[in-house]
Amino acid sequence: MALSTIGTNQISNEVFQANRNLVKNGAMIVAQRAASSTGLGAANGYFTVDRMRMAIGDASAGRFTMAQTAVTDLSGFSKSVKISCTTADTSIAAGERLVLNYRFEGQDLQSLKSSSSSLKAFTISFYARANAAFNLVSEIIFGADTSKNSEANQVNALTTSWQRFTMSVPAATNTQIDDVTTHDTDLMFWMHAGSTYTGGSNSTTLRPNVNANRAAGVSSIFASTSNFVEITGIQLEIGDSATPFENEDIAITFQKCQRYYLKLLSDTAYDSYGSGFFYAAAQFYTTMWFPTRLRATPSLVSSGNFAVMNNGTHSAVDSLAYNRILHDGMCMQTYSDMSTNQGVQGQGGMLRNNNDSDAYIEIKAEL
Amino acid sequence: MKIENAKYHALDGNKDLPNTSITCTIDGIVHSVPIAEDNEDYAEIMRQVNAGTLTIEDAD
Repeated sequence: MALSTIGTNQISNEVFQANRNLVKNGAMIVAQRAASSTGLGAANGYFTVDRMRMAIGDASAGRFTMAQTAVTDLSGFSKSVKISCTTADTSIAAGERLVLNYRFEGQDLQSLKSSSSSLKAFTISFYARANAAFNLVSEIIFGADTSKNSEANQVNALTTSWQRFTMSVPAATNTQIDDVTTHDTDLMFWMHAGSTYTGGSNSTTLRPNVNANRAAGVSSIFASTSNFVEITGIQLEIGDSATPFENEDIAITFQKCQRYYLKLLSDTAYDSYGSGFFYAAAQFYTTMWFPTRLRATPSLVSSGNFAVMNNGTHSAVDSLAYNRILHDGMCMQTYSDMSTNQGVQGQGGMLRNNNDSDAYIEIKAEL
Repeated sequence: MKIENAKYHALDGNKDLPNTSITCTIDGIVHSVPIAEDNEDYAEIMRQVNAGTLTIEDAD
């Protein structure tokens, strides 16, 4: 019978489910650290686009640039993450790898579970292109477990044009996702790998982890300095097919990213980070409130020159330290040591840059 | 991850009180890392301490 209207019972529930994309910042719109970082390849880490980590294996001569890049030729998207080879490496050691890596907290994937030891079907989708034909391997891996069904992957044949790739993973038994706020699961986009990771086969059905399977069929981005790979619109959702990418207000995405990292940047030479008081003449406390509860007790990262402004006096800060976390992860008390000028115990003051417009403070609770 | 110049910071800068963080440089950037099991930097510091490749100076 022909239908004149489509009711909700004709449409999969997942289509209208809010927050169905379990990947944060999949559209690459937030990049707090920097828009671009060059000379990478010696260490793992987060460098530009929030939540997008670069995972490095054994030492490689290959080097790359990671950049948040404007997208002008893909409907519905304005940003991507672009990985460009800057130093080639064609002598590939067994343990080398280069992977764009999204790390999940275990608690964020509990909706995938159909029981404590089984998973529902789920689908990974993303848009990608390269400078030339390139085999990118997408992979999901739960805890890298060799005794449970923990790993699945597929080869994606990139071209110079944007394409959407989907990887549907059937429901599985004998799996495990722990309900934790720590790193539990990885979504991996392999761009380079040595023989440790390439001797096996691909499967979109979850299976025990075997390293040789993980990047079977991958091309090497380090084959030429002409090479680049560009990715955006990463989505992981429940169900056996991909729904349209779930675009999200940047304010929401930004706050999700700040659960893991926030950068307090200065625009001028004397920007302020917060007010506080002198605990003693040379010791100043500042309370920094966060816009959201952090995932874990954060590190305090500081770069540049800081000072405490008080009663018309300007005291250079010798060191800035984490003193304690307060209110269940909602704010941090910092501790500043000073050896010049100094204040008066009990007086108020303000922590700010000391004639340094490049200074910054980072609060970091990354996975 | 290259961790150098690690030194404990005691609560309120008072060495008679418990240590609350470790000041160090990680890959050349100054970090103040809380003594907290859920912090990834602290986990890496302790891994290197246990491996005998890093020592942490006492708090002042």
